[in-house]
Amino acid sequence: MKRLSEERTKILFEKLAKFIGPNIKLLIERPDGLYCFREQKDRVYYVSEKILKWANNIPSDHLISVGTCFGKFTKSNKFRLHVTALNYLAPYAQSKIWLKPPAEQQFLYGNHVSKTGLGRISENTEKYQGVVVYSMSDLPLGFGAAARSTAECKHAEPLSTVCFHQADIGEYIRSEEDLL
Amino acid sequence: MGRKAKFTEGVVVKKGPGRKSKKQKDPTFSKALIGNDNLDKKLSHRQRKRATKRLQKAQVKQEKQKLKKSETHVTQNGQDDSEELSSESDNEVVLKPSTVGFSDDNKQWLTPKHTSKKIELEEESDEEEEESCNSEQEIVEESEGEQESGESEEEADIADEDTEEEEEEEEEDVDIADEYAEEDEEPEEDNLKVENLNDLSGDDDSEEGDEFSGDSDDNKDDEDLLPIEKQSKKLRKQQEIEDKLAEEELQLNIANQEKFIFPAKDSENDIQSLQDVQQRMREIVTVLSDFKKLRDGKHSRSEYIDILKNDLCTYYSYNEFLMEKLMQLFPLSELLEFLESSEVQRPLTIRTNSLKTRRRDLAQVLINRGVNLDPIGKWSKVGLVVYSSQVPMGATPEYLAGHYIIQGASSMLPVMALAPQENERILDMSAAPGGKASHIAAIMKNTGVLFANDINKDRIKAVVGNFHRMGIVNSVITCMDGRKYPQNMKGFDRVLLDAPCTGTGVVAKDPSVKTSKDDVDIQRCYNLQRELLIAAIDCVNAKSTTGGYIVYSTCSILPEENEWVIDYALRKRNVKLVDTGLDFGTDGFVNYRHHRFHQTLKLTKRFYPHTHNMDGFFVAKLKKFSDVIPKSASIENEAEDETEEVPANNTMSMEVSDEENEVEENEVEENEVEKPKKKLKVNGNDSGTHGNEKKQSKNKEMEKTKNKKQNKKKRLVEITDKKSHNKNKKENTGKLSKRENSSTKSKKKNKQTNEFDGNNKQSTAEKIKRIKKKIDNSLETSTSSNIQNNKQRLKKHTPKKKKLEENNSKIATSSSSVNWSDVPVEAATKLGKKLKKKNKKTVGQLKLHKKDKNKNKFQKQKINNR
Repeated sequence: MKRLSEERTKILFEKLAKFIGPNIKLLIERPDGLYCFREQKDRVYYVSEKILKWANNIPSDHLISVGTCFGKFTKSNKFRLHVTALNYLAPYAQSKIWLKPPAEQQFLYGNHVSKTGLGRISENTEKYQGVVVYSMSDLPLGFGAAARSTAECKHAEPLSTVCFHQADIGEYIRSEEDLL
Repeated sequence: MGRKAKFTEGVVVKKGPGRKSKKQKDPTFSKALIGNDNLDKKLSHRQRKRATKRLQKAQVKQEKQKLKKSETHVTQNGQDDSEELSSESDNEVVLKPSTVGFSDDNKQWLTPKHTSKKIELEEESDEEEEESCNSEQEIVEESEGEQESGESEEEADIADEDTEEEEEEEEEDVDIADEYAEEDEEPEEDNLKVENLNDLSGDDDSEEGDEFSGDSDDNKDDEDLLPIEKQSKKLRKQQEIEDKLAEEELQLNIANQEKFIFPAKDSENDIQSLQDVQQRMREIVTVLSDFKKLRDGKHSRSEYIDILKNDLCTYYSYNEFLMEKLMQLFPLSELLEFLESSEVQRPLTIRTNSLKTRRRDLAQVLINRGVNLDPIGKWSKVGLVVYSSQVPMGATPEYLAGHYIIQGASSMLPVMALAPQENERILDMSAAPGGKASHIAAIMKNTGVLFANDINKDRIKAVVGNFHRMGIVNSVITCMDGRKYPQNMKGFDRVLLDAPCTGTGVVAKDPSVKTSKDDVDIQRCYNLQRELLIAAIDCVNAKSTTGGYIVYSTCSILPEENEWVIDYALRKRNVKLVDTGLDFGTDGFVNYRHHRFHQTLKLTKRFYPHTHNMDGFFVAKLKKFSDVIPKSASIENEAEDETEEVPANNTMSMEVSDEENEVEENEVEENEVEKPKKKLKVNGNDSGTHGNEKKQSKNKEMEKTKNKKQNKKKRLVEITDKKSHNKNKKENTGKLSKRENSSTKSKKKNKQTNEFDGNNKQSTAEKIKRIKKKIDNSLETSTSSNIQNNKQRLKKHTPKKKKLEENNSKIATSSSSVNWSDVPVEAATKLGKKLKKKNKKTVGQLKLHKKDKNKNKFQKQKINNR
């Protein structure tokens, strides 16, 4: 468990900002104690400092996970969000899209969202902004990047993609092995 | 379909009871009620034939009657007999006037089927009277008939029937069974004559004799009786026969059905189909349920049980070992229930994740998805039972969003027993796949810290997945050997240990358990479980304000993996059992076979598939009341033994007992360490009572014991140190090794002291003499052989050396060659115990011997030099 380097912190926060914008502040300054980002084996964990204190007693080769895993740094030093971060992205998300029930299934199998499946979209979503995908019953299903802005979506063809798939909760059973 | 025209319009016809009510059929009447006319038509060909036969017979009778009359007439009128006879033989037209029932034309042959017998009998009885009158004639006729027929199948029970009927029966040649079946009807006579001729046999005479005697009796009796009495008599006889037959048949049935025939040894392979096996199982179970009555007398209960065991093994495809274990665990009826329910899957249960949703909401959503579910029961607020589902329960969006987890009902119990509180530090020692651990986190509401550990790297991934899916953020997931956990971290408030087990309670889930487990597996399992439980207890902080609890659970039902493990932990650590807080389940065993567990083990809970409809499970909740690790039980026992023996009132006996103790304790090291040890004691005395040799020996002895106790304490400390390192060793071997260790250490110390008290040799000699005397005095109480041993040993204390090997062999022989007849009865028991101990210790002795040979030689050399 080590602190993130300045560079990596920047990369991470840039990524998060795409989804939750200024709400990152809420992640760090919480009323229920200090929370921090820690890195182990290129994975980034978001965890309370209290828990971190205890976790430091465990030898690192025995430590599998602490708190919530947000994602990992790739070999090219880019940050990749995992679906496990959804717990924190969903409540603070800036822009959201809602899927029609038939499209839910499609999305959970790892497909992009087409215009036909789009139920709702939050206003003034910019192009390539990070969006959290919900079902119509407000169940967070995953997240992705908006392929079109809200305005463009209105005029898009029915089969054109409106949201690129990044992660979905189907991964919990699709790829449990390499979740971290 | 168009509407049909109503031709009967205007005419209102009542429609009756309605189309749904069933129309009653025309009444049917029994034959007896319908009357004779109908019967006439229904007569079959054979019946008609028989009727004609009867008619003919009746005519013959008539003729006889006539003959008789004519005879009387002759005697009166002097007419010619021969004429009459010839005329009779020809005359077949004249009918016999019937005295019974019928008055119409058909009366001769027309008898309703069910009443025919009665009527016949009456007829016969009438005829008998007549026959008795003209017995001569009868005899002639009969002899003729017998020559003709010579029935071989004449039965004793038939013998006392009428001559008339006999005649008919003689003529017929049908099976007895048929006879009884058709008794109501007239016997057939169609093709009998030929056969009868063939059948001629030699028992004519005897039959004749029978008949005659019977006849005569009957005739005598019958003469006195009214017809109705005769009839009743006959009926009674018939009834008796029937009863008898029925009885026999019943006995035969019992023999076939209920009495279990013990299979021969070589016929084991005869039974092939499972149905046969099942049948036999059932039979044996019934036999065993009332063994005294139903056993066959030759075979013991164990033999029956062996067969049953084999059958159960084949039927349920268990291996013999596991079946034996189960048979020891359950009474027979319960065993079958258990085996049956182990074949059936338990209902699918899910647990609501209270971090993300409420049970009611979840149930509503799932019902909308076409899932048929119900709350699991009063005892759980988060459990749901799924009866049927149109969608896969493990892949609904709700599942993926972490609103519920698929978890057996039994898996919720240990967490409920653990009763985690908020802001606690809790450890789940073997967490994978994270069901129970996530339950704990949910109860803690994501506060505090939850450590989820598992040894298996692949399975820990499931924990990671489940935790993130369920939104658990207060977790630390580790992957290490649970036995080493206390080395990394201690001071948990609560620890849940869902120990790895053989899985005998979840046979329905994993049927491979049935065949794959044997003794070694179970042994391995419970050893691991013991170590894990000890580690779990060590992890807990006894001073925790909220907790200090350990919950131990397994999905096995074998007491070896449950009660025994707990019992072990109770002995090894400062823990006590507390109530699990689960208001159902059966109590744990306190006594199981030869095991006598701690009394509080009844506070543990067991769950069975056949009684609770959940997987077989065991839950025990322990509270740690002290962080101090107690001295190991075996050593404690020894210490107790010592302290018990030492404080005897009589000084003499005390000394003696002390000596004995020494013998017992130091047997292992006796040969090698003896001399230095003795010296150490002496040294202690001398140092304490320096120059005061006149002090009483009593005091010295007391000091001796003191010294010894000190030694012991040191040893205990050493051993406890050792223990933590040698955890993996088995108890027994552990003990031995500890003894070795302790003995070697004490030796070293002795060596050191030896160097200092070289001057005190003479005093030691005196000392030894004194002790010798005392022992001589106390000869009465101790056994002869023992004292000899002691003497020998004492002799050896004198500076003159003897070879160790000799000494060794002597002790070996003395221990083995005790003449029991010489030993007094009281002492015999004592001696027996000691011998046992000796024998045990000889194992260690040998080892020690090899180890410390060199050392001893060195010591001896030293002593020699001085």
